[in-house]
Formats: sequence, C-alpha cells, structure tokens
Amino acid sequence: MNVNDIQIVLTASLVTLACVIPGCFLVLRRMTMFGDAISHAVLPGIVAAFLFSGSLNGIAMIIGASLTGLLVTLLIELIQKKMRISPDASIGITYTFLFAIGVIMVSLLSNQTDLDQECVLYGDITLVPLDLGMWGIPRQIWIASILDIVLIITLLVGYRGLWVSTFDPSFAAATGIATVFWHYLLMGMVSLSTVTAFESVGAIMVIALLTGPAATAALFARSLPRMLVIASISGIISCILGYILATILDASIAGAIAVMNGLLFFISLLIRKFIRN
Amino acid sequence: MTSDQFIGFLLLEEPNVRMVVAGTLLLCGMAALVGCFTFLRKRSLVGDAVSHSVLPGICMAFLLSGEKNPIILLLGALATGLLSLILMEVLSRNRLTRPDTAISLMLSFFFGLGILLLTYIQHQGNAAQAGLDKFIFGKAASITEADLRLFLFSGIFITASVAILLRGFYLISFDEDFARATGFPIKFLRLSLSVLTVWTVAIGIQAVGVVLMAALLITPALAARFWTHSIGRMLVIAALFGMIAGYTGSFVSYLAPAMPTGPWIVVMATFIAIVSMFLAPGRGLLARWNTRSKNREKTLLENILKLFYQIGEKSGQLQGNILEEDLLNHRAFGHDELRKGLKRLTSKNLLESNLLTYRLTNQGLLEAQRIVRLHRLWELYLQRYLHLEPDHVHDDAEAMEHVITPEIEAQLELILGNPETDPHNTIIPPKA
Amino acid sequence: MIINVQDPSLEAHNLTVIYHRKPVLWNIDFSLPKGEIIGIMGPNGAGKSTLIKAILELAPLNSGYSKIFGKSLNEVRKKVSYIPQRQTIDWDFPASVSDVVMMGRYPSLGLFKRITKSDREIVRLALEQVNMTEYANRQISQLSGGQQQRVFLARALAQQADLYLLDEPFVGVDASTEAAIMQLLRTMKNEGKTIVVVHHDLHTAAEYFNWLVLINASLIASGPTEKVFTDELLRNTYSGKLTVLSQVGDVMREQNFPVREK
Repeated sequence: MNVNDIQIVLTASLVTLACVIPGCFLVLRRMTMFGDAISHAVLPGIVAAFLFSGSLNGIAMIIGASLTGLLVTLLIELIQKKMRISPDASIGITYTFLFAIGVIMVSLLSNQTDLDQECVLYGDITLVPLDLGMWGIPRQIWIASILDIVLIITLLVGYRGLWVSTFDPSFAAATGIATVFWHYLLMGMVSLSTVTAFESVGAIMVIALLTGPAATAALFARSLPRMLVIASISGIISCILGYILATILDASIAGAIAVMNGLLFFISLLIRKFIRN
Repeated sequence: MTSDQFIGFLLLEEPNVRMVVAGTLLLCGMAALVGCFTFLRKRSLVGDAVSHSVLPGICMAFLLSGEKNPIILLLGALATGLLSLILMEVLSRNRLTRPDTAISLMLSFFFGLGILLLTYIQHQGNAAQAGLDKFIFGKAASITEADLRLFLFSGIFITASVAILLRGFYLISFDEDFARATGFPIKFLRLSLSVLTVWTVAIGIQAVGVVLMAALLITPALAARFWTHSIGRMLVIAALFGMIAGYTGSFVSYLAPAMPTGPWIVVMATFIAIVSMFLAPGRGLLARWNTRSKNREKTLLENILKLFYQIGEKSGQLQGNILEEDLLNHRAFGHDELRKGLKRLTSKNLLESNLLTYRLTNQGLLEAQRIVRLHRLWELYLQRYLHLEPDHVHDDAEAMEHVITPEIEAQLELILGNPETDPHNTIIPPKA
Repeated sequence: MIINVQDPSLEAHNLTVIYHRKPVLWNIDFSLPKGEIIGIMGPNGAGKSTLIKAILELAPLNSGYSKIFGKSLNEVRKKVSYIPQRQTIDWDFPASVSDVVMMGRYPSLGLFKRITKSDREIVRLALEQVNMTEYANRQISQLSGGQQQRVFLARALAQQADLYLLDEPFVGVDASTEAAIMQLLRTMKNEGKTIVVVHHDLHTAAEYFNWLVLINASLIASGPTEKVFTDELLRNTYSGKLTVLSQVGDVMREQNFPVREK
C-alpha cells in the first residue's frame, strides 16, 4: 500500500461518512428514494454552478447543488399534492427530468470542461491524489473532511429534533417540534453529501452509500447512535474491500464499493439469521 | 436547418434515420404500454431499480459469450433484472428491510456490479467490447438492423401479451386481494408482468440508457392518466405520447448530432406530461381553476339573489326595488364584487335595474326562492340530524346551499318530510 | 344533551375539519371538566381521532378553535400529553424502551438542554408506574402490543402533563394490560389529571369513563356518563345515517367547492 492507495481509501471513507449520517435517517423514514432522486437531480445545479463560477469546486457548487436538492424535494411534494400523483411516480418523473436536463447541459459544455457523462455517473476517485490542496493534502480530502465536520455538527446539534421527528412525527408535532423544518434539514444534508460524493464516486453511487451501510446497520442496531456507528464502520470496511476488489480487477472503484456495500448487507443478513437460530 | 432537412427527416429519406426513428418509436411505445401497469401499481421506482439492474446481466452475457449478440445480451439482462426484482420482493416481504430500502439497495448493488464489470471489460482491451457503454447512456443512433429486428419481434410479442392478459393485469394493478380471492392466477400474472417489464427495460435502455429508462416507463403513463379514466384508452394514449416523445427526441438529435437522444426523449416526454397536467379536461390544473372560479361566481350570484329575497321578506315586497347600499348594509360584500354580481344577474335577466335600484324579475324570484329553500332545508337537516344548536347552523348552511344538487334536495325533502319552517321559524319557500 | 362546564379543562368552539376537501367534523362545540376520565366515542369513521388531532393542531382546522385550561395550545403545550395510536409508529426502530420514555422529557428540555439526573429519575418512575422497569433496556421491536402501549403511557407520564389525550389505547392490547392501564389512569385522575380517551368499545364505556362525548361527524352528546349513556343517545350516535352529508361532501370534493365562504 502506498500513499496514493491510502489517500484514495481515505477519501472514499470520508465520503461514506458524509452519506451515512443522513442515510440512516432516510432508511428509518422510509425515504431512501428521496436520496436517489436528489443525487440524480443535483446534476443541473452542479453544471449551472460551474457555468456561473467557472470551476468545479468551491462554494458555488455546494450552493448550486444544495439549492437544487431542496428544489427537487419541493417539486416532488408539489406534484404529489397539487396533481394528486402517488409519491413514487412524483419522484420518478421529477428526477429523470432534471437528470436529463443535466446530461443535456453536460453535453453542451463537453468541450469546455472535463465534466463528462461517465464522470457524472461514477466519478473518478483515482484522480484524487493528483489534485493537491493545502499542505500537500489532496483537495478532495479537504472538502470531504470539512463537509463531514459540518454534517457531524449538524447531527449533534439537531440530534433530538431529527430523531423524534423520525420516530414519531405526530408526537413531535404535538409537543411543538417543527417537523417540516427537520424534513428539509435532512434533505439539505443529503444534498451536501451528494456534492461531497459527486467528484469522487459520482452522483449515482451516492445512493449505494446512503442506503447500503444504513441497511446493514439496521439489521443489528438497538439504538440510533449505535446504528450510526455500525453504519459508518460497515461503510468504511466496504471502502477498503471495494478498493482491493477494484485493484484486482482493474475496474471502477466506485462500482466496487457499491458492490461491497451490497455484499456486506447480504453477509450480515446471513450472520443475523445464524445468531438468531 | 433547411426545410429540405426537415422534410427529409419527416419522410425518413435516409435509411439510417429510418432505422433510428423506427427503433425509437418501437422502444418508446412498448415502454409506455408496460409502464402504465408499473405506474398504476405504484411501482415506478421498482421500474427504476430494474432498469439499473439489467446492466450487470448484459456485461456477464458479453463476458460469457464474447460477442455482442443482441439476443444473448437480452437474455443476460432478463436474468439479472428478474433476480433483482425477486430479491426486492423477498427482502420487503420478509421484513428484512423497509420496502424502499430494498429498492435502493438492489438498485445500487446491481448497478455497482454493472459498472464494475463494464469497466473490467473495458480495461481488458477486447476490441469487441466497444459500444457496450451505450447501455448506460443509450445511443439511439447506433441502432442496427439486427437490433431493429429484435425490437420489432419484442414489440409485437409484448403488445400481444398485454392485449391477451389485459384483464388480469388490470385486476392485479387495481386490487390484488380481490384478484386473488376470485381465483385469478396471481402468481402467473405477476410473473408475466415482471418478465414483460424487464424485457422492455432491457431493450429500452439502448435508446435512453439505464438512468433515464424509468422516465420512459412512468412519464407517458402519468401524462395519459390525466386524459382518461379507462385503462384501454390510457394504454393507447400512453403509447402515443411515448412515441411522440421518441420521435421529437430523435429529431432534436438529428438536427444537432452532438446532442444525446435519450435525455431529449425524456425532456419531451416530461413536456407532454406538464402540458397534460395543465390542460387535461377535468383533472388538469386549468380545468380545476376554472371550476373553482365558476363556483366562486355561482356562490356570489346566489348570495345576492338570496339577499334580495330576504330583504323582500322583511318588507313584504319580494320584488321591491332595492338600493345597492341596502344590499351592502345587510351583508359584507366587496363593493366591486357586488357590482360585478349585479351586472351579471341583470344580463342573465334575473334582475332588472332601474336607475340606482334593482329588483328581482319573475325568473329571478324563482331562482332566489330555490336558493333560500335549499339554505333553510339544509339548516333544518343540520339541526335534526347533526344536532347542532339553531344559532350554530347558519354558517354551515351558508356554504352548502350552493352545492346541493336536485337529487340531494329530493333526499332532504324525503327525510325531512316537506317541512314548512326552518330552525329560526321562518318559512321555507315552497318548491317552484 | 350537551352539558357545558365552568372552568373547563378542554373546550372546543365550532371546530370544523376538512380533509382533502371532504368534511370530517362539523361544528363541534363542547367543554370538558377537569380531573375526570373522559371518553370520546362514536362509530368507525366518526372523526374521533381527527377531533383529538384537530385540538392539537395536527389536523387542518377549517374553522373554530379550541382552548386548553382557558389558554391557546401554544401557551400550554408542555401541560398537554398526546399518545398517538400505536399502529402509526414504525416499531422496528433502533431505540430502547428508556430512549422512548426519555422523549417525554424533551418538551421541557427543548432541543439542547442536557438530560439531568432528575430527568432519569422521572423516566425510572414512569417505567415503574407502568410495570416496565425490567424492560428499560429492551429494544422496542421486541415488545408485545400491550407492552408497547405501556411504553407510550410511560412516555406520557414522563411528560408530567395535566391533560392527557389518548388515541385508542386499548386496541390490540391484552386484557391484563387494559386493566393495568385503567388502574393507572384512575390513579392519575385522583392526582387531579384530566384524561381524554378515544374509545370504541361500548361494553366497557360506562365502567371506564366519568364523562362521555358522543360524536358522529357532529357532536351528539357531551356530559356525565350517567346522563349521556342512554339508549336513545347511543342510537343517535351509532345508527344515525348521514348519507346526505357524505353526498354533499362528495359533490364538494368533485367540484372543488370551498367549504366556507370567506
């Protein structure tokens, strides 16, 4: 293992951590498909931010993606309530449309940027060690660490609100907790994780990181804090194993990590069955 | 663009264009047909997951066979697509995960596997693999004659299957429990619908790619739902919408070859859906806004007539002349609103104006009596059957009198036994 | 038969609730005494649960208002405890029994205040009162229906409220739990608490409640059990067919009619 390997695995793990935090809540709220929708639909926001600021990193992109993330959530709810369409179809039509717009924008810009369709889907984490930031540490690691810290602080500060409004929304509302606020806060967190993940693992793989570790943890966890911890650990294990698998096969790291997250879930399922018997 | 180009496209002069357009039309039409059931069964996102799940099957089929034979690739796609579908069912049926988690989990696992295998194949340097990536983003322009034959066969098979099994599919989409209770072969129907869906998806992704395939299934169905309540018509309309989207989408990328076809098809389909949301009669937004404003006008006009009657009742002169200010003193109308209402009523010949005053015409009197009658009947109903106190019933009756249809009026008369006075002991005007 | 009281615990004035443009509750108007166990009864679909939700502002109010201890809900939220129907919750949730009961302390802790020793003591006592002490660390997915209901009751106790609103607490609960819950509610009543229970079992109503509210879309009766629990009023509640009302509701929904004129 050399420095490059470590840097890549570290980046993947940091991104995983950023996805695990909102991911656990999405799983418990039965809203993982919102994560799917947001991770697809932020594409036009990211491209627009690129057009606006001329670069693929920095504040503009985070703002662009977060705004589109919230916009998607709003649009889905609007279609659902005003047009009386079932939630799954509202999600489906909204995100495919926004993603299509995003892909069209990407192909219009294809000669101006290294943003291409493949990069949108499964990122390119192997480039991480090449793009150095402060103190010779890769820029992606900086970005991911900062966003991780932001997300962890949000989690700690908002823990009570997030958990009560997830577990028992009507009790939460009756005691005066603004459930709508926490809903949108969570969606904002998902958008942030998507941005973090965008360059390294690609928008589509975000769904694997949002769901996989949380689903595995939900099999065992007896409390919410433990679920968050187990999910983080299982997510990081998947990163390491996925990286090894990808190196052996000389194939996409993002794909391998997604596969490992799925495999880990199935293995956990077997282990749990074994324990219970 | 020259008009020659345009006409050339319309007439499908170039064989290549003909192939692409024919292929796209078939794919989109088929997907819309099957998608109607996906939509009606509220399984749009399952369709999404299945589209992502066919990718590893395609890659494995290629790895095993070493060639890009469309039929072998299709078989591979069917295999993993169905496997993913079955796993989703098993996970959520046995409560191993929450249902939505099962969908997301299988989507990301199979798609990850697909990406893993695809990049593995690409890095092998096998020349035969070139073009496999069209399954991710779709590439309508690369449709070959062999593809087209497969599409045509699939199109005929799928349409025929839907036509034959329509009743069964309809039943399991609408009410699975009922279908089971009446002894329909649920398992067979579910399986055939799943096979048809995965099949459609497996070939549809060549046009739009895995990510956007869900849109081909859902969006035309969703748009069609706004125009009809009958399943047969919905299928036809959805297929038509799908084909229009496919046609216009390929037209755009014909004009600008750098443009990807798939996303444009999706954008066009969504455009049709948005137009449907606004314009469709009955369920569309415009139609709903229209009824709402009509209702508001009806309410206003009826309230004014009622007021004429009530003032007339007090003065003993039902068709007496009344000043605008008198009306305003009795009820808090907006000034402009009242003017507008009076004008409308005059033009409808229910009121006649005389300098500054208005009076009910004979026809207007009848109408006013009808409204007052309904109002008082409803008050009586509220008092007798909802046990509301007499001083509480007025507000509720106020809104209802405009809603009551002649059928409901007849029922009210029946259960109230043609009463003569209301809870405030005022006389209920007799039926005209 | 609608009896109003002086200095009520809970009062509703002209409450009308519309869901999806369809009226569910019409013009409900009552006041309830303090320190009693009050039953809200009516047939299926009569709007019993909706009434409680409307009082707590969880359901959209179309007109009317309610007051609790003479004040608006926001002023007395901490004094009100709501126990939703058990079935509305995903019990397969990573939380222990004491985690859930501790939620009862959140209204007074707010989102950030630290949990103190006295909070833990209150939670312990609440669990003791519902006989669930030994289950404190059990995961909630492993509880029986009756035990889940006890946990919910403990959470309400931990809130130390004055008014308790319970939505169908006896559904899917074993007989011994039902008796234990009733016992506990009586103890709470003796401590001066007011308890409002949505209930549908007529057989136990007279025994359980001192005060009864009968509704079926509208208020049919409200008063002391001995005055309200009569054949005639019950017949009015349970057999009153409101077909015309629901027809009018359907027409309103189909034609997008507003329920109230502004």
